[in-house]
Amino acid sequence: MTDTPAKLAPTNWASPEMTGKLKARYASERRFRLVGLAAVSLSALFLVCLLVSMTWNSVGGFTRTEIKLNIDFPALGLTVDQSQLEAPDAAEVLSRAGLAEAVSLSAMQSYGPQGASFVSDGAWVDVRSKLIANPGLLMQKVQINVAASDDLASAARGEGAPDIKAAYDRLAKQGAVGSAFDPGFLVRSDATDPGQVGIWGALKGSILTMFVTLVLAFPIGVLSALYLEEYAPKNRWTDLIEVSINNLAAVPSIIFGLLGLSVFLTFMGLPRSAPLVGGMTLALMTMPVIVISGRNAIKGVPPSIRDAALAIGASRIQVVFHHILPLALPGILTGTIIGMARALGETAPLLMIGMRAFVASPPDGLTSPASVLPVQIFLWSDEVSRGFIERTSAAIIVLLIFLLMMNGVAIYLRNKFEQRW
Amino acid sequence: MSPTILFLLVIGLGLITWLAARGRAYGFSAAGRVKLHSLPSYHGWYAALWVIIPAGLFVVIWSAISPGLSIQAALADPSVAALPLMDMERNAIVGEAYQIARGSGQAAFNPAASALVAPMKAAISYYGVIGAVLTLIIGLAGGAFGFLKLRPDFTARTRVERVVMGLLLIASLVAMLTTVGILASLMFETARFFTMISPLDFLFGVKWNPDPIAPLSADTGKTFGAIPLFWGTLFIGAIIAMIVAIPLGLMSAIYLTQYATARTRKWMKPLLEILAGIPTVVYGYFAALTVAPMIRDFAAALGMQNPSTESALAAGLVMGIMIIPFVSSMADDSIAAVPQAMRDGSLAMGATTSETIKRVLVPAALPGIVGGVMLAVSRAIGETMIVVMAAGASANLSINPLESMTTVTYQIVQMLTGEQSFDHPATLSAFALGMVLFIVTLILNIIALRVVKRFREAYD
Repeated sequence: MTDTPAKLAPTNWASPEMTGKLKARYASERRFRLVGLAAVSLSALFLVCLLVSMTWNSVGGFTRTEIKLNIDFPALGLTVDQSQLEAPDAAEVLSRAGLAEAVSLSAMQSYGPQGASFVSDGAWVDVRSKLIANPGLLMQKVQINVAASDDLASAARGEGAPDIKAAYDRLAKQGAVGSAFDPGFLVRSDATDPGQVGIWGALKGSILTMFVTLVLAFPIGVLSALYLEEYAPKNRWTDLIEVSINNLAAVPSIIFGLLGLSVFLTFMGLPRSAPLVGGMTLALMTMPVIVISGRNAIKGVPPSIRDAALAIGASRIQVVFHHILPLALPGILTGTIIGMARALGETAPLLMIGMRAFVASPPDGLTSPASVLPVQIFLWSDEVSRGFIERTSAAIIVLLIFLLMMNGVAIYLRNKFEQRW
Repeated sequence: MSPTILFLLVIGLGLITWLAARGRAYGFSAAGRVKLHSLPSYHGWYAALWVIIPAGLFVVIWSAISPGLSIQAALADPSVAALPLMDMERNAIVGEAYQIARGSGQAAFNPAASALVAPMKAAISYYGVIGAVLTLIIGLAGGAFGFLKLRPDFTARTRVERVVMGLLLIASLVAMLTTVGILASLMFETARFFTMISPLDFLFGVKWNPDPIAPLSADTGKTFGAIPLFWGTLFIGAIIAMIVAIPLGLMSAIYLTQYATARTRKWMKPLLEILAGIPTVVYGYFAALTVAPMIRDFAAALGMQNPSTESALAAGLVMGIMIIPFVSSMADDSIAAVPQAMRDGSLAMGATTSETIKRVLVPAALPGIVGGVMLAVSRAIGETMIVVMAAGASANLSINPLESMTTVTYQIVQMLTGEQSFDHPATLSAFALGMVLFIVTLILNIIALRVVKRFREAYD
């Protein structure tokens, strides 16, 4: 007698036990799906939250509290005449002529003994640039809007001591103070008073630094990508180069700062906090990114192109420089822009090479002291005053707009020129 | 004469040589007797390279040594006798005079320097002229040599291409030189640090409180215990940040690849990638401005006494948000690499999508996901700005995430900004910390890349 396997009854899918099981499984399926959706939404929510909080705070950063000032230049008796204002050293002449005192005197004439405390310490700089732009004012009695003092600006937000708030309300009733859009934020440089700060200095520093980075990282990156992808023999040396490029792309950025500090500053003796050194440090960081994206772009060019060029007698160098490189260029450029965008937002390595000094004027050249946008943001974020919080957010918005533009160009290039073989 | 002008001179000379040599090569072919071996432009390049390479090298060397030469010459001036003999003061004055003579400095701060300006100026212009003449001679000699070698059957192309090849090789060596440079500079300064502080004190001490101005004493080593920093770094970067980033990143990747419609995917994926493109200083500011006060209020509500504004939790949370797209894209790649047959098989057996994901896809993709998480950890522990702005400076050895904690990167920034002297262990400790950070991230990266690579090969 042989054992026949016990015959199983077919599963009764309609039984309450089975429908219950199926229901539970479908419910778990829905739950899992919801958890996934929640994760995506939460991540997106973080992004929205971050952007909204920055934009919200930045609104105040593009405006400033201004106070109307009646200045009677002829009566002030500045020892300056109109022709001096057209000379190149006009700014210095005006500072020496006591314009600062003249402005606070006018403030006292306009608003009584307290008046001088209403205008910002740097308000005379506003007056100075107005005078230089229009020397004819020197012969007139004029009304100029200047930055209000920090106290008055915080009173405008409803903060600060009661007496200054009362003063603000009085002035506001006269229509003498108000919040105004501040286009100067984009053309001034760093200052100690939030009413007087601007980002042009940092922006120019960033542009110079990025220029150095691009000039160094792009050729070196493209050439080494070409070498590794097209010519390099497969041996231990090539492996070593490849490994070091892959690792460099993952080394923390602050390590590059340490390298810049000890090689460029201490060993080579280059100037501190200069765009040249910043650009060189960031170039070392960006180069591996360009090499990796460049190699992918070069890999994407089909071998038939190489074979065709070789077959009609081109040399190996001609094949690469006349055929492969032009075809791979859009991909390489996309990678370069993305690497540059990362370098533009980089802060830590630049702190290491001394780019955290207070720099009140835009840099003149590649070796003069400069600040860059992200470092400026970091420096302002250390300030406690409410005015600086708004300015910091405004600077962040400017930085994000630049990054958005760069990434936009990269996406455009990719969509426009990318070829599917 | 400044290096820029000399470089322009070299380039101008090269251009002229290029035109002349190319013209000569055209002359050969116009004469029509012999066929040229290389195109005329290669002849041009050959001769131009003979100008640019030697003369360019000379300009580089010259701009490195000429300031020293001019200063030497200026110091032969009689007015130098009045200078103080103390090294530091003397060097400061000489340096200042040099800057003014170059035209980059303002009026002299030091009266002794202004006397030195005139001889300095004379020396600079003297050596400037010498430099220009030498550049010209070298350039012309090189150009003439290259030019005279041109013949119709001259293999100009092969030679030019050999130079291009050399250039490519040099470019690809830069990456290796950078790695060597990082290692060398870190090792050099770390070695100096360890001559002052015992490595055992550094690696195993539990008290971090270096005083950058205190003189060295027998107890200095006791203030350089880096364990609290290592703990803070791990706690913020590898624990708190990963608790945020792994579930969110993994689930986002799963949802977007397995459930979302093509349209949702098209919009949400770039949106998440924006998170990766935001500069870290912005995250740091967000952490300090928005997240940290919320956490402080929360801590106060829990009944904590004087909660600090800076907390490990604030920094870790925001760092986790920053890492989400990183984890998500690594998980995405790994899941996409699992063969379609495995998924189809599971679905055909009657498993629901979520069962397929949980029982088949994720286990199969696990090595890739783990590799991705390791890369994410290595990025998180090297992150600087978020912790500088939100984590605080006090080295606490605690497991309470609401307390302020400090990290390796924070201390590197702290030690190297502001007043620094390269002889004090506090400054040098930054390099030792950098060395530890470099080694740890290097190991994590190498292991992770190997794991990911092996995983890819398994399914290829």
